[in-house]
Formats: sequence, structure tokens, C-alpha cells
Amino acid sequence: MSEANTIKNAVCTFCGCVCDDIELVVAPDGKSITRAGNACELGRAWFLEHKVEDYPVALIDGQETSLEEAIEAAAEILVKAKFPAVYGLSDTTCEAQKEAVAIADFLNGNIDTTTSVCHGPSGMAFQGIGESTASLGEIKNRADFILYWGGNPVEAHPRHFERYSFKAEGKYLPQGRAARTVVVVDVRKTKSAQEADIFLQVKPGCDFEVLWALRALVRGRFVDASIEERTGISMEVLKDLVERMKACRFGVIFFGMGLSMTRGRHFNVAALLALATDLNQFTHFVANPVRGHGNVTGADNVVSWQTGYPFGVNFNRGYPRFNPGEFTTVDVLARGEADALLVVASDPAANFPRKAIEHLHRIPVITLDPKPTRTSQIAKVAFTVAPYGVSVGGTVYRMDNVALPLRPAIKSPYPSDEEILRRLKEKILELKGIKRQAA
Amino acid sequence: MTTLRIKNGKVYDPINGIDGQVCDICIQDGKIVAEVPEGSPCLDASGMVVMPGGVDMHCHIAGHKVNLARKFLPEDHRRDVQPRVGSLRSGVGGVVPSTFTTGYRYATLGYTTAMEAAIPPLGARHALEELNDTPVIDKGFYLLLANNVCLNQLLAQGRMEEFREAVAWWLNATKAYAIKLVNPGGDEPWKGRRNANVHDLDEPISGFENVTPRKIIRALIEVSNELGLPHPAHIHCNNLGHSGNYQTTLETMKTAGDLRAHITHIQFHSYGGERGKNPTSAARQIVEYIDAHPNISADVGQVMFGKATLMTADAPLTWLLRNITQDKWVNADTECESGCGILPFSYQERVYTHALQWAIGLELFLLAKDPWRMVLSTDHPNGGSFQNYPRLIRLLMDKKFRDEQAKKANPKAIAQTSLLDIDREFSLYEIAIVTRAGPARLLGLRDKGHLGVGADADITIYDEQEDKEAMFNAARYVLKGGEFFIRDYEFCQDGEGRIFHVSPDYDPKIEQVLKPFFEEYYTVQFENYPVSAHYLAHGVRVPTFRQ
Repeated sequence: MSEANTIKNAVCTFCGCVCDDIELVVAPDGKSITRAGNACELGRAWFLEHKVEDYPVALIDGQETSLEEAIEAAAEILVKAKFPAVYGLSDTTCEAQKEAVAIADFLNGNIDTTTSVCHGPSGMAFQGIGESTASLGEIKNRADFILYWGGNPVEAHPRHFERYSFKAEGKYLPQGRAARTVVVVDVRKTKSAQEADIFLQVKPGCDFEVLWALRALVRGRFVDASIEERTGISMEVLKDLVERMKACRFGVIFFGMGLSMTRGRHFNVAALLALATDLNQFTHFVANPVRGHGNVTGADNVVSWQTGYPFGVNFNRGYPRFNPGEFTTVDVLARGEADALLVVASDPAANFPRKAIEHLHRIPVITLDPKPTRTSQIAKVAFTVAPYGVSVGGTVYRMDNVALPLRPAIKSPYPSDEEILRRLKEKILELKGIKRQAA
Repeated sequence: MTTLRIKNGKVYDPINGIDGQVCDICIQDGKIVAEVPEGSPCLDASGMVVMPGGVDMHCHIAGHKVNLARKFLPEDHRRDVQPRVGSLRSGVGGVVPSTFTTGYRYATLGYTTAMEAAIPPLGARHALEELNDTPVIDKGFYLLLANNVCLNQLLAQGRMEEFREAVAWWLNATKAYAIKLVNPGGDEPWKGRRNANVHDLDEPISGFENVTPRKIIRALIEVSNELGLPHPAHIHCNNLGHSGNYQTTLETMKTAGDLRAHITHIQFHSYGGERGKNPTSAARQIVEYIDAHPNISADVGQVMFGKATLMTADAPLTWLLRNITQDKWVNADTECESGCGILPFSYQERVYTHALQWAIGLELFLLAKDPWRMVLSTDHPNGGSFQNYPRLIRLLMDKKFRDEQAKKANPKAIAQTSLLDIDREFSLYEIAIVTRAGPARLLGLRDKGHLGVGADADITIYDEQEDKEAMFNAARYVLKGGEFFIRDYEFCQDGEGRIFHVSPDYDPKIEQVLKPFFEEYYTVQFENYPVSAHYLAHGVRVPTFRQ
């Protein structure tokens, strides 16, 4: 294999770990990747399954059409709509995300990302409580107490342990793994739990009660003995955990969707963030969400810096307003408000609640995706795009907000999300008669 | 060829010694020129004041910590919206505005350059992405290097040449403009010793043999000087906010010897009294030192009553204040490089400390003999939003207004200071120094802050008014690079603005020292760490004094 066909330090965007040490070997014809060194099984599948295939670049009502016609049709749909909504964005570059926010702004539409169905409650808890957090290297180097709450990295983020957590060599922890206490809290004994020193099996739906009891114990307050009966965790175990957390030198709690998307949602995360803050009275303590999609953190960042709010943003009045539950996409669909939907890199028809999906069938939908999806199959206009990270360069943010540059390996015959969205934006400006006041 | 003549305006251009004289300003292709051909377009500025565009040399407007603060404060945004106008993007204001709004609102005040003051190297890419989305104004950022584990190790081992090469590499890799120090040495105890801090410049830092805050300060001042950076080391001293900290500030300035150094938001570092007790004003002691040492410059970091947001790489400070306010709080550690704290805050007239801070800031402005080296900032948004600048200008120009405001504030605090005894009122010429000419000169931006031949045609034209707050609240015309962005108070154009950065020369061999460190300590590949030109579509490389 020649050197030219190998891409070193490539960035994997399958999950929020965004590992940037992948070695990609490209097939001699340049149309597929044959090896993804250092990648986990999920990352390998992500890189190796992308083949340059022969889908039409654009479809209108399922019929092949030219890119120009499809862009024009999509722009007309969006401009005509009274309540156009833009959704998805967590599996594309920041460069494309910026164009998507611009489109929503110029349409006086709605913009929302998949954050609203994963760590949206964490974002709301953050707004209420704040957060003590750290970039992942700090945890690798310093954390002698590591707790995972409501997440299963072994199966969802396979390299999380080795790159960022207790299996990595800790620069300030010369005794290595032995110097770290690893705790898993979950409703079932996951594969991740098997790697822990301590496993707490919480009764489903009782995370908040356990977190609140921990907060009380940290602050030396009374906790009723019935806690064990209600949550499945004994007072003794809770007290032991509190002592360990207070005694460590650098503690971290990683939390997943098992916390943010179960009963209590943002209350759960708020309790956890407050616990981490409280522990700073005793030692250095942080909490980090474990994010799913490759660039969902970039979507949060782009939407925040452009609008001031992280997701669930509406421009109907000509300026951004934020209200989760009102402007989140599931809700604008389920209430039948949106009358057109632009979906970028997401498949709501496959994973939204029934009422929202029913409305998707009633309104014109536009999709951008590298592959056919359930949503693209019901779309009025469907674009095929080049996959980011594999064929498209740009910027992505790791789950700890560290921005990384993509190193695409194979050329795609399809345009990028960014290109289609930019052209769509220009068409929308033209149709709406908005003059560019650019220099 | 685009030309313009601005005539009949009263021009304030301190770098060229022009103090309110009526004269023509000629513009050609984005620059100031001596003459333009007859028949060139003309702008009649009768009854107006013409100044160079404003230059903010210390604010927090981009990057991870600013964006955390944006996400953090929905309650602050909803009361202050920025509707979309044509193709000018919408956004939100409040104390920490969205990126587009930040650019538009700086321009509205007549500012055309603003420097983001604290970016950890690992956050450079993010900062540039946001700066690219901050329209109209030119900008750049300062690089946090005073708590860098790799540099501290080199310092501990006395490898000073490699230290200098590494700093040069870092400036190149991140596209930064200057070196920033924040609470030098304080991160290691914060992260590694249960939220402790350093308090003495000569206190050893745990984990690094022989390294003290003073050593870090001296080393970075020397390197800034040796590399010939256009702006010297930009220093946020140790002990910010603590009573008695003026001693630390004096010691920090003495550490510079006769080398150039810039002490930032010096108001927060000018407190007398005993640690843990109520502060007093030490503005006089600070001003005396600076007056006598032309190598030292400062920006004030004025506190303004009302809402603010503390956001700083000085994490221990925000934790201390958080335990007083009990409000929501953010801490965000960056591996091997920095800490960060964010806290919503409000300065209240009746509170002794807040009133004292307000008065000390004004004392610093008014007592300083040389306005060129005591320039205007609020450390936006730490002392208050940049949107307070017009009010601050009025406080400096209008003794009656200032005394009225002082009388509304905590009387014990005001009595601790000499504020009511000071009669000085700034002239428009002096305002042009502290908001334009001074900061531009301190930044080493030779084409900014003046209207002489060869300067960038960044020009602000205000209607002359008695009420200086009203006057500076909204410029009538703003030109940036010779183009109108605001005409008759309305935006007539959008644009991206440029990004200033330095790239001092360095020996590539230093990468052999840095790479192994990265492999051990960082979670990002060494090759993926440097920021590429992709993020500098409008980048301008400012040469060092050695280039």
C-alpha cells in the first residue's frame, strides 16, 4: 500500500468520542476505505461501510432530478411555508451547521438539533445550575475517582475508557488503574458495570432520589432510612460513596442518556451537576455528559454562538427565542405547527414519537443524508450528500467541546451538506428579495 | 478606485496631534491618503466629531468560555433581542451577546477593533470560528500560557531556549496575537490540590521544582520581548480581587524590570487593606508606579453598576465569589493549559466593595498622568458590558454627573477614595487617546487608532452633543476600511472583519520536544492540534519587531 493511500490522524465521527488517531487505508480505486487502524468496532464499521454508490444526487417525489431543480424546489417549499423548521445537524460539520442556522434565520423559521432528544435536558440543567467540567485529558491525567451514571461506554463509546478515562495512563497517577476508583450507577448490570470497582443498581426511575440523598449526605444532612427500600441502594453504600468522593483528589461523574432521558430528565441532571458542585467544597470535582453523535456538541456550540441558545430556537418574530417543549422539533411536529421541515443528517421518521411522525407525512419534507433513510423515503425533496469525515472536511467538536479538523479520505461524487445548504440559502435570499449588504 | 473626502468635521487624532481642528480626511481604497482627486465623493461632517474607529484591547467575546456563558444565561438574552434587518443576522444581546450582535453593537458604538483576551491554546480553533462569525470589527486573541504544564516543565528544568521556541511554536500553531498570563501558577493547586491557589509571587508551585509565579511572569515577559511581539505580555496578576493585592501588582510590575509589560484590568488589582477584610483604595500607589515607569501600561477594567458576568481563566476567584453569591457557577478545566470560571454577577451601588471598585477605576483614569498607558476597558463582561462605554466616557468627561453618581453609591466606600476631590474632566482628545490611539499603540497596530496617511480608514463620526453618553451611544457614520457600514445611524453593509495574528520565527526542532509531551499528556494528536489557514479566511499576519 502506497503512503499516499494512507491517511494518518484521521478523525472518527461515529460517536462523541471523536477519536483523532485513526489510520485510514484507502482502496486503490479510491472508492472505499479498506482499513481503519486504531478504530473501535463501531468506528471501523462507520469508515468501512461507506462505498461510493450510485444513488441519484437528488430526488423530487422519489424521481431523479438535477441538483439545481431540487434546490429550487426545496427553496420554494421553505419560502412558501408559514412555519418552516430545520432539524438534525448533529452528524455534519460546523460549517454546514452555520448555513442551516442562517437558513432558519432568513426564513424566520425554527431551528433545533438532535440535542433536544438526547442531552437537551442536560442543557436545561446547565442553565439552572451551571457545571463544573473539564476537557477529557484532565480526567485522563488526574481523576482518581471516576463514576459513570446512566451510560454504557463499553457498548456505546468503546474507546472512552482507554482514551479518556481509567484505562488511560494517568500522568499524575503513577500507580495507574490501581490508583483510580471506578463506579458505575445504572438500572442494570451493563458490560461497563462489569469493569467497575463498585456497581450501584438503582431501581428504574429513582436516579433523582439517589442523587438527592447523596447531596444531603455530602452536606451532612439527614437522609431517611427508607432510601434503600425506595431506590435499591443502602444507606451504607451511599455513605461509603460519599466518603470516597470527598476523599479523592480529582473526581468526575460522566453521565449519559440513562439519566437525561428517564423520569426526572433535567431534574436528574441538575441534581447531578449540583452534587458535583457541592463536592468542590472538599476537593476538585467535575461532571461531563457523554454525548452520542459525532458533532452534536458542535451543533450546540454553533447554535449557541449564533443565536444565544443551544437548541429549540425559533425566529418567527425575526429574532431568536428559546423554549424547549415549545420550539423543540418533536413538539412543533406533534402539535401540527410546522408546515415544512428541512432535515439535515437525521432520521426523525425512524425515531420520533408516533404523533410527530404522523405530521411528517402531512407536510413537505426536505432531507440531506448520505444514505436513504426512513425520512428521505417520505421526503418531497431528498438530496444525497457526501459523508462528513469520510469524504468531507471541516470542523467537529468532541463531547468535551474540543474542536478538531476532519481529514477526509475518499472523494465523493456528491456535494457536501455545506454546499447544498449554502446554495439553498442563496436561493432563499433571492426568492425573498433579501439583498446582500455584503462588502 | 474608491475615494471619499470627509470635510468640515472636528477631528480628534491624538497620534498625529490633531485636537479638534476642522480638517479634511481623505480616503482611497481603504486607507487614509493626503489628497483625493477633485470631484471625489464628499461627506459633510459639519457639527460632527471625527475620530479613528475605537479599539478595545481587552474583552471577552469569543471561544469556549464565552459560549458557555451564552448558553448559561437565557434569562439575560430574552429581554434584549436583536432582530434581523435584511441580510444582517438576528441575535440576542444582554451581557454576553451572540456573535453577530457583538459585532454590530461594537460598530454601533463606533468601535472597529476588539481583542478577545483569554484563549487556551486547545480552544484556539473554536475561538477563531466564533471570531469569523463576529461581523464588521477587526479582531484577534491572546493566548493563555501562564499555566501551561509543558512550559512549566521546561522552566523548571531551566531549558530557557526551548521555552522560548515552544512559546513561538504555540503562537504559530494557534494564530494568536499576544501572550496572556492569568493568575500565573494558580491552576496546578486548583486542579491538583483540592481547589487551592497561590497567593505569593515567590511561593513554589506544587509539582514543578523551583517554579514560582514570579519565574513564570519574568520568563513570559522576556520571551515576548525576545520574540519582538507587537504587544507585550498581557498580565492578569495573581490575587485578583483580594484586599491588599496592590502589593502583588507592584511586585508583578517590578518583576518586569525595564522590559515592557501590560497589566490588564488593573482596577481589580489596586486594593489596599488586609486580606480577608474590607478593601481600601490603592489607586494612588498603582498610578505613582506606572507614571514613573514608561515600560508599563495598563487598561482599567472599570466596574459599572448593573449586570455583569464574571468569566475568567482565574477559576479559584469565581469559586470564591460563588460561595458568597451562591449563584449558578461554571468551572471548565482545559487539559495541561488552563482553568476557567463563570459566574453571573451584579455590581450594586449600595454594596461597599462594589462602590469602592467603581470609584477606584475612576481614580485610576483620573489620577494617571499619561492616558496613553491607562486605557479604557470594562474587561467586558467582567466589570460590565462594553455597551456601558458611553456612560463611562460621560463619567470621565463630566464631573457634575460623576459626583451625582458617586453620591448615590455607598458613602463609606466613596469616602475611602479621593474621587470627590478630583476635578479633572477628560477632553475629547483624551477620550480619543484612551479609546483609540492608546490601545492601538499598545497593541502595536500601526495602522489603527489614527487618521494619518497610511492608516486604515476606520473612522467614526459622532454628532457633537453636550450629553457625552448620548453622543457616544450611537455613531452617525462608521467606516471600516474606507467603506460605510453605518450611515445616518443605520447599517448599510455587513462584512466579516479581519483577524490579526503573529507568527514569530522558531526552530522546527522544538516539535521533537513537544510531540512526546503531547503523546503522554494530551488527548488530541499533535498533528491535529495546530490551527490551519482554513480558519483565517480574513487573517492578517502582523510582523514582529524581528521580522
